Amino acid sequence: MSTQKQTHTDTHTPARTGGAAGAGRASTTATRLAALGRAELTLLGRNRNNLFIAVLMPLLMIFLMRTSLKGVDEATLGIPLSAATVIGGTGTVLLLVVYMSLTSSLVARREELVLKRLRTGEATDAEILAGSALPGTAIALAQCAILTVGGFTLLNADAPTRPDLLILGMLGMIALLVGLAAVTTSITRGVESAGLTTLPLFLVSAFGSGLFVPRDALPGLAADLSDLLPLSGVMEFVRAGWLGTAQSGSLLTAALNTVAWAVLTGWAVRRWFRWEPRR
Amino acid sequence: MTDEARTPATEHQAPAAEAPAIEATDLKRGYGGGFEAVRGLTFSVARGEVFALLGTNGAGKTSTVELLEGLAAPSGGTARVLGHDPYRERGLVRPRIGVMLQEGGFPSDLTVAETIRMWAGCTSGARPTGEALAAVGLTGREKVRIKQLSGGERRRLDLACALLGRPEVLFLDEPTTGLDAEGRRDTWELVRALRDQGTTVLLTTHYLEEAETLADRLAIMHRGRIVLSGTPAEVTAAQPARIRFTLPAHVPAAHLPTRLRAAADGTRIEIRTHALQDDLADLLGWAREHGVRLGGLDARSASLEEAFLDIASRTEDTDAPAAPKETAAR
Repeated sequence: MSTQKQTHTDTHTPARTGGAAGAGRASTTATRLAALGRAELTLLGRNRNNLFIAVLMPLLMIFLMRTSLKGVDEATLGIPLSAATVIGGTGTVLLLVVYMSLTSSLVARREELVLKRLRTGEATDAEILAGSALPGTAIALAQCAILTVGGFTLLNADAPTRPDLLILGMLGMIALLVGLAAVTTSITRGVESAGLTTLPLFLVSAFGSGLFVPRDALPGLAADLSDLLPLSGVMEFVRAGWLGTAQSGSLLTAALNTVAWAVLTGWAVRRWFRWEPRR
Repeated sequence: MTDEARTPATEHQAPAAEAPAIEATDLKRGYGGGFEAVRGLTFSVARGEVFALLGTNGAGKTSTVELLEGLAAPSGGTARVLGHDPYRERGLVRPRIGVMLQEGGFPSDLTVAETIRMWAGCTSGARPTGEALAAVGLTGREKVRIKQLSGGERRRLDLACALLGRPEVLFLDEPTTGLDAEGRRDTWELVRALRDQGTTVLLTTHYLEEAETLADRLAIMHRGRIVLSGTPAEVTAAQPARIRFTLPAHVPAAHLPTRLRAAADGTRIEIRTHALQDDLADLLGWAREHGVRLGGLDARSASLEEAFLDIASRTEDTDAPAAPKETAAR
């Protein structure tokens, strides 16, 4: 438009730093994920609530959990206190940083019509969801790494016996949580209610899937029922990764649980996920 | 795809360079609850053409555009953009089109430059940020957060994103709604410039002036159907001209010459005609002969506005032109 013609002196700076911008090349899954993830990370840094949930809450929760577990003797706990802390801590970090903050940011993007706008572009639906989840995932993984090193050095926990199982469990948990966050947005009307709608999964997992209370400490029937909870399967892999003591058949149950919940979640996302606000 | 039987001729051709930019065949879109927003649209837009979909709110313009953009699958009929199904072959279509929704959405905490950068990462062959912003007059606003932009500036940013990949086909859903007069003129200039460069533009609007000045061809939609289409001149020419006046109280409408197909609403008379000059001469002759004074006499040629208002006033279920309510004068 001719009305605001200005000099081009500073206009090329953003283009140069923008990577894909100005290069004139085709967009790929990688450039799209990077662009969406970068924007989401910027937004996370500017949102005090989400930043608090993603950075301070995990620390606070792990501290709280450890304090309360200290009062329980190891026989009741079933596993060493240090192991209970790192295992439960890993789950807690992922749940808070991946699930809770993603739910609220997806709702915010939906209500601002950002998701709908993005869907008119080249990014696929899966890329939009994955791109939104990237910053939370990266932060969560960094925190898990700190927890692992910290547990090893400060809490005298043993190193993970089966790192392969640990990583498998964590990746499975992240994928499942991204899907569950997407499902949760469909019952969340606005950002303010995200705290409430994410609570059920948080509580059920904290006490039933071994985040706050090791599942070894649950009484018989409760322990059996807790096998069915959404995060019990992936948490079993995390636990096995740390302790290397999977009971026979328990990993099979865990795998079945994970696959079942993954299928159910995927179906629910397709069925109920909304890309634009309800009018 | 599934409709080979219906359109064998086009279906078997490879999507050649000659395929129309946009092609809708008996396009339908139903929503849950049985409401059908788009009820069998057929039209095509040639490459390099500016095509306007006109209609009142609720006519089905946005529902139609969303089908062509590939945001939803039609419940019937077919949509083709650049020879491809925009929904099933979105990967082929999206890099070549630009879209501006009626209500755009950008994260309110991002700056203008960050938004363009995000969009550029998702766009093949994206222009440099500076160029994109200069095109819509947002130069110098790079560091401003979206939430601090005015409504008009947001529309311009939205437009900048739609233009970022130098699209061959551009969809603009009410691009100037919410803009002031100057912003509207700037957008028109931009659309004309794009057309001159060969870009195909499909825009929706409820501003008649916009359709009339910008569009090579237009279609007027009403209740999910196209009721009139053609060049602005053709659409106007199809409409009758109109004569309006008020008769003195003591002259019944029935005294008017029968040849003038007049409709009366009390003493107010309206004549619709395709022979304005002849009918007007007859009317004035009759008035002079009988010494009748015609109050508020107003005769005007057909205009797009007339066509539009006529269509917009049509009732719920009939697609017949609404006659002024009353008894036809004999």
